[in-house]
Amino acid sequence: MTFLFYIFAALAIVGGIGVVANRNPVSSAISMVVSFLGLAALFIQLDAYLVGVLQILVYAGAIMVLFLFIIMLLDLESEEGKRFNPLSTLGAVVVAGGLMLIVAGVLKRFEDGSRKLEPLSAMEEAPSDIHQIGELLFTTYWFPVQITGLLLLVATVGVVLLSRREIR
Amino acid sequence: MDTGLTLNHFLLVSGVLFAIGFAGVLIRRNLIVIFMCLELMLSSANLTLVAFSRFNTTDAGLPDYNGQALLFFIITVAAAEVAVGLAIIVALFRARETTEVTAFTSMKH
Repeated sequence: MTFLFYIFAALAIVGGIGVVANRNPVSSAISMVVSFLGLAALFIQLDAYLVGVLQILVYAGAIMVLFLFIIMLLDLESEEGKRFNPLSTLGAVVVAGGLMLIVAGVLKRFEDGSRKLEPLSAMEEAPSDIHQIGELLFTTYWFPVQITGLLLLVATVGVVLLSRREIR
Repeated sequence: MDTGLTLNHFLLVSGVLFAIGFAGVLIRRNLIVIFMCLELMLSSANLTLVAFSRFNTTDAGLPDYNGQALLFFIITVAAAEVAVGLAIIVALFRARETTEVTAFTSMKH
């Protein structure tokens, strides 16, 4: 269990570094898929099976295919020859390092953070997580679900409008 | 079975991924890669949500499924956001023939 966590966490982080470090946008997108697969494995390790599967289907599947499609549609040239701006690279490293220091400091003071991941025996008799989440979505959260449906409709219309030729 | 894994392990991975995505937004100049880094940051926040949902067990000894229901909405919104964002990038590419952020310095034309 523990070494699986480290493998998949490393997969997610290495994939994330690959997105930033790869000059070619297609390689970045493939690294992104690797990162999302690692994240999905972490979700499944946290007993969130539905969310893990959704992560693979929606993120690694639909969203990344959309990214790859647009990269190929625009026929982007690779940035092979160009180097990163040293000033912005330095700034990014400083800011990201500072962010990590803050996160580490907060986690150190966070008492509940040392709680162990123990198997939940109650999950074996209870209805599956997809059952439970589905029930929540159609009872407590029925209104947000409607709003989300409306959002998807608006997004679809917006995409069609934005993609028209006349818009410059 | 003692796994030795704690909540902090997951939160730290999430924090590292967020920092990588943030650094990517600052370093890269290609709009599409910047957008991918944004997605990475969004996903790392999802990991925090799932971790808290798993460790905050209810009285019945189950994970707090409210958190995972929220995640369902986040994933849906992210999908809509990517569709609209990429459409905007395609429109920008039509106007400038490039996706370098340095080319987009004025609001007009």
